[in-house]
Amino acid sequence: MRGQNPEKNQELLKQVQLKLGKFVSLVEENHGMVVAHTQPDKLLSAMKELKENPLFNFDVLIDLTSVDYLGKRDVRFEMVYMLLSSKTLSRIRIKAPVAENEEVPSLIDIWKGANWPEREVFDLMGIRFSKHPLMERLIMPDGYIGHPLRKDFPVKGRGEDYLIESILRPVKKEAGAQESL
Amino acid sequence: MGIEQHLGNSFVATSISFIANWSRKNSLWPFPFATACCSIEFMSCMTSDFDIARFGAERPSFSPRQADLMLVLGTITYKMAPVLWQAYQTMAEPKWVICVGACASTGGMFDTYAVLQGIDRVIPVDIYVPGCPPRPEMMLDALVKLQQKISKESVNDPKYRDRVEYLDKALNGGMSMSER
Repeated sequence: MRGQNPEKNQELLKQVQLKLGKFVSLVEENHGMVVAHTQPDKLLSAMKELKENPLFNFDVLIDLTSVDYLGKRDVRFEMVYMLLSSKTLSRIRIKAPVAENEEVPSLIDIWKGANWPEREVFDLMGIRFSKHPLMERLIMPDGYIGHPLRKDFPVKGRGEDYLIESILRPVKKEAGAQESL
Repeated sequence: MGIEQHLGNSFVATSISFIANWSRKNSLWPFPFATACCSIEFMSCMTSDFDIARFGAERPSFSPRQADLMLVLGTITYKMAPVLWQAYQTMAEPKWVICVGACASTGGMFDTYAVLQGIDRVIPVDIYVPGCPPRPEMMLDALVKLQQKISKESVNDPKYRDRVEYLDKALNGGMSMSER
């Protein structure tokens, strides 16, 4: 990948260990990219440091996504954030384990572009983000029950014909109404 | 019919349904509801190679308000289904629906949590075209079959009176869509 090489990664790894030691529990190199493990409560401060410290300058949030480790780990979900520095072109991956029903702080204050990816993660995986301005479904229809990318959700669905009623008689959604799920 | 004796050979008495069906079936304006690869096959239908104009349906209408034949070309997800339903409601009577391809007819290979398993759960369908995607000839065949179907209809058909009431009845368990 452009901007990645082993020496640069080792240097970044050391810097992350040094500067983010109190937010980050483990830093490693995996598949040619530096990976830092943190906790949801320390996520915001770690991200702020990574973006604002001129040493790192990770100013681009490439993507954020989540993984379901049902039956494989004690803590079920894991959030994965991918960052890019437009100056040094180095990349870093931040991971945070999230338990079921645990809320993750929203990154909208740091990157506005985190809005829709966070809604997507909520929609498909059911992880809620605290202080998100509109924690509603993005991809599935509004009346949908369940979060289809969870490992315990059947691939073929549970039979979604209950949606047909709302398709034929759409109810106008009130502005700012929160979904009760 | 005594009226022909008075007016001479310049006049032909016939039934309203015959005239109405004849004009309807030979100038179907298709509205392509194109969501997937079947729409590419429909595009080749429009070309001079297959020439859908031979059957009077060469004028695609990209507004449902000016169309009387809806061609559902592709996978319909639950998220897209309200749009399909709204487009169908927007079309003026009389209207017909051709459901093209496996995805639109049954969900096809997308037997998943997000895909509507057949558009006939939402809108009534006149002709189903199998295939993934069907050849353009099959779409032309479907059009000819629809023309045959139209020529058997009556302008007095109760289905034209109140489609919404009809669908209400169908939805609430009175009868299935296929009984239409």
